[in-house]
Amino acid sequence: MNFIELFLLAVSALKNNIVRTILTMLGIIIGIASVIIIISLGQGATQSIVGEISKFGANILTVSPGKIQRRPGLSGGSGTTVDTLVEADLKALNELPNVSQVSGLVSTNKQIIFDGATNQTSISGTDETYAVMHELSFSQGSYFTDSQVATRSKVIVLGDEIVVELFGEDTQVVGESVRVDGKTFRIVGVVENGSSAYVPISTAQKILLSQNYFNGIEVLITDSQLVESMTTTIEDMMLLQHKIDDINDADFSIRSSQEMVDSISSVTGTLSALLSGIAAISLVVGGIGIMNIMLVTVTERTREIGLLKAIGAKRRDILLQFLIEAIVVTLAGGVIGSSLGIAITFLATKLLSIPFVVSLTSILLALGVSAVVGIIFGWYPAKKAAELQPIDALRYE
Amino acid sequence: MHSQEIISFKNVHKIYKTGPVIYEALKGINFSIKQGEFVAIMGPSGSGKSTIMNILGALDLVSSGEYKLKGKPIDSYDEDSLAEIRNKEIGFIFQSFNLLPRTTILKNVERPMMYAGIPALEREKRAMEALSMVGLESKAKNQSNHISGGQIQRVAIARALVMNPSIFLADEPTGNLDTKTAEEVMSFFIELNKKGHTIILITHEENIADFAKRIIRVKDGLIDSDKKNGKKK
Ligand SMILES: Nc1ncnc2c1ncn2[C@@H]1O[C@H](COP(=O)(O)OP(=O)(O)OP(=O)(O)O)[C@@H](O)[C@H]1O
Ligand SMILES: [Mg+2]
Repeated sequence: MNFIELFLLAVSALKNNIVRTILTMLGIIIGIASVIIIISLGQGATQSIVGEISKFGANILTVSPGKIQRRPGLSGGSGTTVDTLVEADLKALNELPNVSQVSGLVSTNKQIIFDGATNQTSISGTDETYAVMHELSFSQGSYFTDSQVATRSKVIVLGDEIVVELFGEDTQVVGESVRVDGKTFRIVGVVENGSSAYVPISTAQKILLSQNYFNGIEVLITDSQLVESMTTTIEDMMLLQHKIDDINDADFSIRSSQEMVDSISSVTGTLSALLSGIAAISLVVGGIGIMNIMLVTVTERTREIGLLKAIGAKRRDILLQFLIEAIVVTLAGGVIGSSLGIAITFLATKLLSIPFVVSLTSILLALGVSAVVGIIFGWYPAKKAAELQPIDALRYE
Repeated sequence: MHSQEIISFKNVHKIYKTGPVIYEALKGINFSIKQGEFVAIMGPSGSGKSTIMNILGALDLVSSGEYKLKGKPIDSYDEDSLAEIRNKEIGFIFQSFNLLPRTTILKNVERPMMYAGIPALEREKRAMEALSMVGLESKAKNQSNHISGGQIQRVAIARALVMNPSIFLADEPTGNLDTKTAEEVMSFFIELNKKGHTIILITHEENIADFAKRIIRVKDGLIDSDKKNGKKK
């Protein structure tokens, strides 16, 4: 008998007991759906975070205060506030070759108040160059200017999400004033797709934070090819600047956005693998369920097997018939599970507003795995069926 | 050896072991059957008729003695070759559970040809021919559980026929049928026998045995008598 005939036989046998077939499939459906959902959501989340980070630009190096921690992870170094990055560092970095922009950063978390409405958000103090380095785009107004930075103007740029919170949709807000820490700031611009606020760094340091150090310095390298070598150059320069001999005693750390992308991808990758492992357990449980049902089926159909042997079925014919039946169950479960997984992923990505990515590889993998589950757990019952002696099978009551 | 002798039993013993219990169902059976014979095997319940039939049909092997099919000892074949013999040389008709459940009549009749690797078109053609011989071509697409007992036996005959076997083995094929239906079924065996097929039939009923040309009577695992049927219908 050829495989098409065996396949058709399997399908008709399974159709004859449709409720049992579906119940048998359930374990596989759930297992495959979970794997697809986990992998796809993991990929979507990674893509969204990576997209977020690469907004920072691929050729920006960030110098942060604090000890170097060269282990993979999200925190680059600054756990506690460290006051080691100062104006002198900024000047020195500006002198380096292949550096096109240097921007000091401070950040804080404050309440922004307008007419009784409040919004807790992160406020960054930056130079006027920040908007260009990060390719911010504006729905209203623009970023503050160098003279506003120089004069410590109380001006503020808001992300559009904050504007919606404070003023409602579609409101012109440039020229309006908000209050932060009891001080009045004039709005000069609104950033598209933003949830942070920006004020001139000088204003932030003097008025909001009363500090003269930076929480970070961003260095824009002229060419992304040079990012690696510039990391070393900046490191050497900073060690000199801070009069530190041993790199292990460094009171700063340098990260590129590529490094962050890599470490985040590796974290989400590990997480997905872990969760997929858990989902795989449900596949094994589903497989055992299939083995169970197949054993029952073989027992129920013992006389049928005897009859088939009496009319000429060989061991191999019976083995393949039951094995293919098991594979059809698991493969169909795989197809249903994949579809279900994709549908749930689609809804989840809409809810979480992360990109909807379903890779063909994960689907092919899911189908491959379900077929393998069918072979592994269908083998023993099929072998039992094939090895029945014709006379014993025919006499079975 | 006679050229037409296709079956020979020489001092065949069959011992069943169920756990510690040993039961000798056949205690030394001797007979031979020639091509084209119509033999009825009779005897009381438990006398060993089905045991003989199962050995004849290569469903079971002898414990001692020798069974030769077409001159060749049956225990010289391996398992796959025995399956092939059941497929090509022998047509079985059982008393009950003859047809695959949840399957059409046509698919039932086609099944032995599937194991023989005959292509689908040819299979269907031959199955329809066999079904029309037993007068059931109109039921080809019916499910096997939607026909009467007599029709089931006729389908079983058609299925046995499609591989054109030399021997038909029927174990109480009319056991579940009323007299009229039973005689109808028997008429098909007569027809097959006229075409040269060897028929071996087990029955309890004298009037069914009377369709045969020769009657072997078994008692307690031994042959009681082996005679030409004088009263043959
Ligand atoms: N597989 C087996 N294991 C153990 N004992 C068996 C087996 N098959 C048959 N027997 C025994 O062998 C004896 C002969 O059985 P067999 O089926 O050949 O009788 P039979 O003549 O066909 O009877 P019936 O007319 O009731 O069908 C019986 O006593 C039966 O119980
Ligand atoms: Mg019997």
